[in-house]
Amino acid sequence: MSEKILHSYSGIFDTPDEIIHAAEKTVEAGYTKFDVNTPYPIHGMPKAMNLEPSKLGYAALVFGLSGTLTALFVMYWMAAIDYPITVGGKPFFAFPKYIPIMFEVTVLAAAIGTVSTMLFFFFKFPNNAHPLHDTSYMKKVSSDKYGLIIQADDPKFNEDEVKVFFASLHAKDVEPVYYDMEDINASPKIYDKKFIGGLALTFILVSGITYFTLNKLMFMVPFNWMMYQDKLTVQEKSSVFPDEFGVRAPVAGTVARGFMPYEFPNEPELAGEVLLNPLVPTEKNLALGKKKYDTYCSPCHGDFGDGDSRLRGQFPNPPSLHSEKVRNWSDGRIFHVITMGQNIMPSYSSQLTREEKWATVLYVRALERSKNAKESDLK
Amino acid sequence: MSSSQSNVDYQHKPLPSSFTKIGTALLAIGLIIVIIGYFIDPTRAAFNNLILLMFLVSIGLGSLFLVGIEYLGGAVWSTPFRRITEFLASVLIVIPIIAIPVYMHMHDLYHWTHNEAVQADKLLKGKEPYLNLEFFTIRIVVFLLIWLAFYFLLTKNSKKQDTSKDQGLTKKNIKISAIFMPFFALTITFSAIDWMMSLEPHWFSTIYGVYYFSGTMLAALAATTYLLIYLNERKLLFKGLNQDHYYSFGALLFAFTNFWAYIAFSQFLLIYYANMPEETFWYLARWEGSWIVFSIGLIIVHFVVPYFGLLSQPSKMNPKRLKFMSLWILFAHFYDLYWLIMPTYNKEGIVFGWMELGFPLLAVGIVALMFGLKANKQNLIPVGDPKLIRGINFRL
Repeated sequence: MSEKILHSYSGIFDTPDEIIHAAEKTVEAGYTKFDVNTPYPIHGMPKAMNLEPSKLGYAALVFGLSGTLTALFVMYWMAAIDYPITVGGKPFFAFPKYIPIMFEVTVLAAAIGTVSTMLFFFFKFPNNAHPLHDTSYMKKVSSDKYGLIIQADDPKFNEDEVKVFFASLHAKDVEPVYYDMEDINASPKIYDKKFIGGLALTFILVSGITYFTLNKLMFMVPFNWMMYQDKLTVQEKSSVFPDEFGVRAPVAGTVARGFMPYEFPNEPELAGEVLLNPLVPTEKNLALGKKKYDTYCSPCHGDFGDGDSRLRGQFPNPPSLHSEKVRNWSDGRIFHVITMGQNIMPSYSSQLTREEKWATVLYVRALERSKNAKESDLK
Repeated sequence: MSSSQSNVDYQHKPLPSSFTKIGTALLAIGLIIVIIGYFIDPTRAAFNNLILLMFLVSIGLGSLFLVGIEYLGGAVWSTPFRRITEFLASVLIVIPIIAIPVYMHMHDLYHWTHNEAVQADKLLKGKEPYLNLEFFTIRIVVFLLIWLAFYFLLTKNSKKQDTSKDQGLTKKNIKISAIFMPFFALTITFSAIDWMMSLEPHWFSTIYGVYYFSGTMLAALAATTYLLIYLNERKLLFKGLNQDHYYSFGALLFAFTNFWAYIAFSQFLLIYYANMPEETFWYLARWEGSWIVFSIGLIIVHFVVPYFGLLSQPSKMNPKRLKFMSLWILFAHFYDLYWLIMPTYNKEGIVFGWMELGFPLLAVGIVALMFGLKANKQNLIPVGDPKLIRGINFRL
């Protein structure tokens, strides 16, 4: 056993009024290093103890403002400088929409910063020992009593005087509080080998289990839930065929069911001569043609085929569909352009079926007719 | 409790005569300017009259709310100052008189009162079942009756308690306050919608009532804080009033400054973000011409200055600072109402002249005079209230 050192004298009171009175008297008696412990905050205590307002507010202010500015800078830099994206038609640096986030980050930074300051600066973390811990005094004041201590390092402290002083306050259970120098000098409990070992073990277990689950377990039957199967998917190598292609080309001379290949991929003039429109201009066919034209053709050719693109010059505008040349083309020639594309215009085979292409041709014919009507149309 | 009642060392003294004199003078000057204003430019005067009306509703109804919430919450710290809020609530008695000129100039103020305009406008026609003169009149009369009824009920019981010391009256008032609260919430929302939001009948904002309420609370708290410090400096209240009482009012003013900013910004952000033409035009109107200066000024006057003025703990306890900030907040609330109402009168820019000065003078005069009349007749603290002693001994 090492030597016991006197930390303070403690006294117990029964009511909040008594403790307020005791605190006032202690201040009057000139003690400066004393403290009051109560089970709950008592109104008027800061004044009775003559406490200065806490300086913690300044830490909150500094941390809060740094949060505000960090949020503002981060959003400004990301959204207006490094990777500008238009969101909701707003300017890149749209201050109003930043305010809620600035507010949130302010609160977060202020809260975390204030608590950390309190722990590390005022409570001297990781030191977690205090002479009052594990005393009968602390047990009483954490349930239903009100306690006052006068510390031994107070300049006015004198053991006998303090005892008399406590008696004059009618304090109960006046007793000294001792502490071990060893306890104070001992390294904090969190550097304990067992604690560190426990932390390391937890770390290894958690990361090991996570690694096993995500990298091994998920590939075992039945935990993979049939996610991975033996069939080949796109871009995978085949071990069966010598050329190792997983996706096979069709057998020469065959076509897939329901698929009709285009007969004249490289012969536009021949297509114009040979192909005939199988559709008649009924209301239904024209409506289908209009729908497809408005969806796929109008973005570049314009709603009425004038070549007035809605894309505002992001692509070269196509020529008008009302030109002499196009009007003199046969239906099959236009069908060829839709199927194979022309100049910068791509093929529309994957978007339109044969029937839809012919319907679109009908609608283009109707558009041409509307601008260059024959005299007989007026009758 | 009855034994401790006798401990209250209170003698009723009248207010300094300068208080009512200044009040009367302001009232007289204001009234003259207002009457001249009505002769020269009735439309402009009517718009200013509407600001005056809403300002007085803020003080009167906000104070009545403070009285009610104190009973309902069982608040102890504010009991010694309940009389100040009760006297301020007496402004409600004047409200019907102030509302009459507004009612007489309905056609100048409200676009939706023009029948031919309503018939030509699909949107207004859809709103016609609510926005029509008959229903409007009924609503306003009902609101005024509700406010006056609760004002008289609450203050009558409170006054009776001074002599009878009957604790049952507190219980009675708690019940009345509980009934008052839902009525308060509905009437303040719909009066703000009827009197102010319907100035722009095409525009709508569901948070408008809360926005007006936040300003109301600030105005009522600021007026109470100012008068509390004024009375205490002249030793007209009780002994033992200390910084903890001041701090509570300072903290409430600070809290509601933030509440106002929160609500105002919520309203703005939603409209800004959705960017729908039927909503944004209201803000655009306040962003054109010299109104842009006024709108930016609103942020500074109503939020930045009170926020930093009341941020630190000592500033919430310092009577000088509190006095200045409460007057500032009253000014800010007037500024806010001007910002809400006047852009409808003149779209081009700010209108400011002698007429805009006359109405605030009249407002201050009315509040001072109503307060003075009540304060000279009644005790300045509720001497019969069972919570009084605990309120006086309140410590943080």
